[in-house]
Amino acid sequence: MPELASALTPLRSSENSRKVNMTEAAETDQVPVFRTRGLAVYYGDFRAVRDVNLDVRGQEITAFIGPSGCGKSTVLRCFDRMNDLIPSARVEGSVEYHGINLYDKAVDAVEVRRRVGMVFQKPNPFPKSIYDNLAFGPRLNGIKKKNELDEIVESSLKRAALWDEVKDRLKASAMGLSGGQQQRLCIARCIAVEPDVILMDEPCSALDPIATARIEDLMQEIKRDFTIIIVTHNMQQAARVSDRTAFFTTEVNNESDRRTGVLVEFDLTQKMFSRPSDERTEAYVTGRFG
Amino acid sequence: MSIATPDRFGAQSAASLTERLTGARRDVRGRIVEWILLSALGLSLLILVALVVNLVDRAWPVLDGRLGDFLSSGLDASNAAEAGVWQAIRGTLTLAIIVAIVAFPLGIACAIYLEEYAGQSRIARLIRINVRNLAGVPSIVYGILGLTIFVKFAGGLTGGRTVIAGGLTLATLVLPVVIITASEALRAVPQSIREGALGVGATKWEAVRSHVLPSAAPGILTGTVLALSRAAGEAAPLLLVGGITGLLRTGNQSIWQQITEGGFTSMPVAIFSYARQTGADFQAVTGAASLILLVLVIIINGLAIWLRNRFESRW
Ligand SMILES: Nc1ncnc2c1ncn2[C@@H]1O[C@H](COP(=O)(O)OP(=O)(O)OP(=O)(O)O)[C@@H](O)[C@H]1O
Ligand SMILES: [Mg+2]
Repeated sequence: MPELASALTPLRSSENSRKVNMTEAAETDQVPVFRTRGLAVYYGDFRAVRDVNLDVRGQEITAFIGPSGCGKSTVLRCFDRMNDLIPSARVEGSVEYHGINLYDKAVDAVEVRRRVGMVFQKPNPFPKSIYDNLAFGPRLNGIKKKNELDEIVESSLKRAALWDEVKDRLKASAMGLSGGQQQRLCIARCIAVEPDVILMDEPCSALDPIATARIEDLMQEIKRDFTIIIVTHNMQQAARVSDRTAFFTTEVNNESDRRTGVLVEFDLTQKMFSRPSDERTEAYVTGRFG
Repeated sequence: MSIATPDRFGAQSAASLTERLTGARRDVRGRIVEWILLSALGLSLLILVALVVNLVDRAWPVLDGRLGDFLSSGLDASNAAEAGVWQAIRGTLTLAIIVAIVAFPLGIACAIYLEEYAGQSRIARLIRINVRNLAGVPSIVYGILGLTIFVKFAGGLTGGRTVIAGGLTLATLVLPVVIITASEALRAVPQSIREGALGVGATKWEAVRSHVLPSAAPGILTGTVLALSRAAGEAAPLLLVGGITGLLRTGNQSIWQQITEGGFTSMPVAIFSYARQTGADFQAVTGAASLILLVLVIIINGLAIWLRNRFESRW
């Protein structure tokens, strides 16, 4: 992937490398979108998660499940270098994106985040108009013409199943939307920059069943174009939407009494929920988790 | 049996429940605390009101007879009936403009660096603590600093005891306050806003410029405007860097002369000068000048409140 490599590392960048790489990846199906090896994340001295070895494939939905505090968000935030914002966070091991180590010194986190979008657990619209929320990303990418922006805004809102509710008040503040609408706005904002990957951290935890169903439909619809990783506490949701599931849990070291997240099992969702190989997975997915 | 009937709740009779709910036992301590707090507030208000009443009472001869005349006449040490404050008002406004031009951009830039770029390094923390300490340094010390740096050392640039030197001294004085209030406003912007912007591929500066700064703007504005009102009320440092107190060589110079040669004054300095004169007439003049300064500061603070309400952001 020479084009992607040059795009992610600053100084040289080529704009349309993304499309090329996506088709390439789909055809060859050899290099996964993400590959982690021996991934461990520390917050100061505290090791939040260790030994994560994962291959995330393109055009699939991967679900991360596991009890609270086991490091799902922490691992997810490695994929778009969001952990960089936490001063105490430190990453060990490797996270490869289309074969490029994201934590290589030469890699530009901004370029990574243009390709790997994120929807956060708590909706975080900008305190601006609905329109400006959506247009911000495309404008960064150099789209200035009003009709082009209008089109992106409309299509993104439609894809996020929000268009009908807000089409008459695009200039109104996004803060006036309900929690569920705000979350769909954040999804639309993410789609608007047409990333390669969308990371979703419990996107439905604040939503009612109808909005949740809409977002699940949306994920099914857009997974042809995007690679999606979703963190969820909802077993049914993981079972419904995902192709593969990763189950994380917390291991307690008896000597030091320290808790560390580990990846227990990663497999096809169908298999994870019907006949998992690890008994801890089985206990968790069937609700018998201690 | 176990279902509550109208007159029985568990073991309690309806009568005792009524008694409890209607508060037979008063929260005595709570009431006492409330009274202490209320009297503290009352005392503070009383002092303020007394101050204003006293000022108005003293200044009445001037306010009643010749307010317009007072506002438009120059400083005068010999004849209280002719005395006025217009150069002082002009001087205070000139100083305020210099402070705004110098201290605001500089202070806000410092705050952005400290909050958004400096991170948690040891040096950054040390600087943050010291900015707080600087805000507590007495204003006369800034006067000495201004005298040394802006009047003597950089006299070639400022022209010596000029209004520029005075403005720069006041700017230095309020700089720490501007940095602190701007930092606090930036810190109040939720991290999720930054994450949202970076998440769609913004650079750090794009995130700061497009989202963090606009969100923090009301707080920054309020803080900086309040800093301005502090600068408008300072006399001590100006006395050291050339504020005219003599009333004879009064600040009649044109703005240009004040910039190039000096000979400026300001409201607090004029008040100081009038207060040193003897006689009831000059007491009235002093009182009137103080009231005008008070009104000026209240206007500036009101502006700050208005700005905050006008641009308050929600998230
Ligand atoms: N910024 C941080 N600083 C210090 N420790 C952190 C930080 N963020 C997370 N942690 C710790 O890292 C561990 C993993 O946290 P993480 O947020 O990844 O869990 P999670 O699996 O996403 O949990 P949840 O399902 O509740 O969201 C937890 O023990 C948490 O306390
Ligand atoms: Mg989480």
